[in-house]
This record gives sequence, C-alpha cells and structure tokens, in this order.
Amino acid sequence: MLKVENMNVYYGNIHAIKDISFEVAEGEIVTLIGANGAGKSTILKTISGLLRSKTGSITFKNDAIDHTVSHAIVKRGLAHVPEGRRVFLQMSVQENLEMGNYTQQKSTMHERMEDVYAHFPRLKERRKQVAGTLSGGEQQMLAMGRALMSQPKLLMLDEPSMGLAPLLVEHIFEIIEELHNSGVTILLVEQNANMALTVADRGYVLETGRITLTDDAKALLANDAVRKAYLGG
Amino acid sequence: MLLVSQLINGLQLGSIYALVALGYTMVYGIIKLLNFAHGDIIMVGGYIALFSLTAGHFHPAVAALLTVGGCTLLAVILEKLTYAPLRFAPRLSLLITAIGISILLQNVAQFFFGAAPRSLPYRELFPVGSVTIGEFSIAYTSLVTIILSVVSMVALTILVQRTKLGKAMRAVSEDTEAAQLMGVNVNNVITFTFAVGAALAGIGALLYGARFPLVTPTIGAMLGLKAFIAAVLGGIGSIPGAMVGGYAVGLLEVLTVFAGLSRWTDGLVFLVLIIVLLVRPTGLMGRKFMEKV
Repeated sequence: MLKVENMNVYYGNIHAIKDISFEVAEGEIVTLIGANGAGKSTILKTISGLLRSKTGSITFKNDAIDHTVSHAIVKRGLAHVPEGRRVFLQMSVQENLEMGNYTQQKSTMHERMEDVYAHFPRLKERRKQVAGTLSGGEQQMLAMGRALMSQPKLLMLDEPSMGLAPLLVEHIFEIIEELHNSGVTILLVEQNANMALTVADRGYVLETGRITLTDDAKALLANDAVRKAYLGG
Repeated sequence: MLLVSQLINGLQLGSIYALVALGYTMVYGIIKLLNFAHGDIIMVGGYIALFSLTAGHFHPAVAALLTVGGCTLLAVILEKLTYAPLRFAPRLSLLITAIGISILLQNVAQFFFGAAPRSLPYRELFPVGSVTIGEFSIAYTSLVTIILSVVSMVALTILVQRTKLGKAMRAVSEDTEAAQLMGVNVNNVITFTFAVGAALAGIGALLYGARFPLVTPTIGAMLGLKAFIAAVLGGIGSIPGAMVGGYAVGLLEVLTVFAGLSRWTDGLVFLVLIIVLLVRPTGLMGRKFMEKV
C-alpha cells in the first residue's frame, strides 16, 4: 500500500533521514520505533508532503506521491495524525471533525461523525466544547477521530501515547487495534516500543536517521539489542 | 442632544475604523503579517471611486462595485506577487515588504494624480439629507455608513463561523500545517483572506469618502494607522476585537473633540492604546489558549 524508497531528508545542512526504504502492506500495522530525534516524525511529514525527500520515491496505492502537495495527499486516503495532536484548540470538537471532513462529501459527513463518536463516545459528550478545554487523552482521541473523518486507507499515527497516563495509553492502543480490525492499515511511530510492538505486525528500528533493524514485531520484542535499547532491558 | 449626535458621529467613524481594522486583524491572524499596505489599498479605492464618478461618469452603484472590486483585485495581485513568494521567509521580510508596498502605492498615486487633494463627489454616491426622529436628525451618510458596516460585519461573521471556507481560515490561522493535513489548500485560503480584507477596505474607502470627501495619495496612511490601532486595541487576530476596537477608537476621537480637546485627539488614542496594552497585552478581546502537552 505504501512504499518508501531511498528517502533522504535534510534540514538545511543537517542530513536527518539517511537513505531509508520501507513498506507497509494493506491490512498491516507497521511500527517505526526509535529514540527521540531518530527521525520518526520527519519520515511521516515527508510522506504526507509537508517535507520533501531529495531522492527516491514514495508510492501510495501504486501512485507516486512524492511530488504531490499535502492537501491532495489526504484526499487520496492517507491521513496523518501529527505529533502533539495538533487539534484546533479554538474550535469545537465538532468543528474539528468537520475539518477532518474537508476533502470529503458533506452529505455523508454526519454518518461518519457518528462512526467516530462510536469509537470515541467521550467526544460525543463534548462535541460542543472547545478543543482547548479537553484533556490530553481526549485531544488525542479527537486528533484520531478527525483523521478518520477523511476515510483513510492508511492512517499514520505519530506518538499517540505521548504524555498520556498508562491507563489512557492502553485505551488508545485498544482503539488502534479496533481501527485496524475495521480495515484501516496503520503506520505507527512510537517511543513506547513495548506497546507499539505488541500491537504491530512488523517493526523497523530507527537510529539517527537510519533503519538499523527490521523484523516481525514478535521477533523484535524478543531481540536482545532491542530489549536493551528500547524496552528497558 | 448634541452629545447624542456626537455619539452617532462616533459610531459612523468607528464603523469605518472597524471595517478597515478587520483587514489588518484577518491577515495578521492568518500569516502573522502586519499588512501596512492595507491603508493604501483604501487610498487606491478612493481614486477608483473618484475617477469612475468624475471621468467615467458611471452610475454610482457601478462606481461602488468598481471600487470594492478594484481593491480586492489589487490585494490579490499584491499577495500573489509579493507575499506569496515570501511564505517561508522570516516574518521581518514580510513586514518590510508591506512597508515597501505602502510607500510604492503612495508614490505611484502621487506620480499619476499629483499631491493636491481632489474632491470626491460623494453626493452622487450617497443620498443627501437626513432623517429626523423627534428632535434628533441623523444624516443619511451616517445612517448608511453604520448600517452598511454592521451588515458587512454580520456577513463576515457568518462567513468565518459557518462556512467551510471560513472554518478553513480559522484552521489555517491556528495551525497552518495541521490545516494542510486536513486537505486545506493553504495558499488559496491566504489569498481569499486578503481578498475579503480588501473588499471590506473598499467598502471602507467609500464610507470614508462620504465623511472626508478629499482624496490624496496619503489618505490611507493615517486611516490605516488608526484602524491598526483599533485592531491592536481589540486584540490583533481577533475579529470581534477589531470591531470593538474600531468603535472604541471612533467614539473616543469624537468624544475628545466634543470635550474640547480636539488638539489632543490622536495623542489620547495612542495613550488609551498604551494603557490597554499595559493592562491586557493581548488587547481587549485577544486571548490565548494554554496548550496542553
């Protein structure tokens, strides 16, 4: 479904992403794990067109998207839940979801909004509330719900567990599995390698802009080097 | 009696400031640019109105449409030519560009039309006379100005609050990158914002002409500055703030004249601005959400 080949991204003179290639097949949950600053968010931003790779290609559903503007990429069914949630704090929950619907038909919006509310009942209770008054966990739910409004085939999640209490992290990961079961392919970027590898099919380990290891998620969970570096021994 | 008519006077002036202030605040809200060329768009609008009436002998309604349309078109062209290429440049480059455009517009106007004031035949645009209610009489120009401004502001509020494009404007203003991820074409939304601000400025040009019917290459400068103060006073970036700020500055000016302090009018406006900013640095209606991380 998604194929990244020879991605090289620079911030000025800094070579942030070094010749990375990976793929995500339809129906998979794939995770990119790595420490802070390894380049995980940069990869997602490049896929969704906010940054550009100097070389290589990005293919989504057999179309090259590495020269497509980001607002057109969403329309093709690739949604990106950015790091730090980035919900529109001054807009209501419902308006945030309407923004998620921006590329989609208005006639079926309410149906899809109800679907989102079914995944996140808490959002329905707070639909008139301004997003800035939500808790961190609720904002994460809203960010994910907003992305779901665009009917994505592939959902990219950047650190959905960041800053959340352990109980909420578990809840968010349950929802990720729920979404996966409903047919959404997922590319998950996480620092919480343990949780990410538990739900994922496959994983890539990222170190300072390079992929150093890739395997089935179960194998990575059992891998000594991974355990030592990311899973606290 | 006299006070009431002065208050109406203040509302008339405040309406104009509010319309112009909206252009500042919307553009600031969306690309964090203090668009100092905004006042000069009004000046260009003044000349368009002038020449379409005196040289073109157009019907007043046509002249009014040409003025509003001309201001809008000019703003869109300027945005595409000068600000759009600077989208990723430092904010200061944008600000200096805006000041440059302001100077350019004033000098081009002076080159072609001379520095001498030309009088705008505003009586062709607005009905002459006044309505008398009991003991009060209100000039038609005041009435038209106040009503037209309120209608424009209501229309703007509906646009921003209810329509898809308006929501996109708010989204871009809050988080450009996140708006892009929603599928918003940010460049189009920015251009549209400039266009709406300039259309309001065009209406402002007509209404300002009805009150001060002399067009010079520099009329936009002081009006622009006053409206800018109104926008900052109300809270730059806030649409209701620009409206409140506009009326506040208009009423303040008229009331200082009424109190016999006409020499101090401008000074007092600045003084109020300084005091408000000392007490509320974000302006009267400006607010900031604390981001939760």
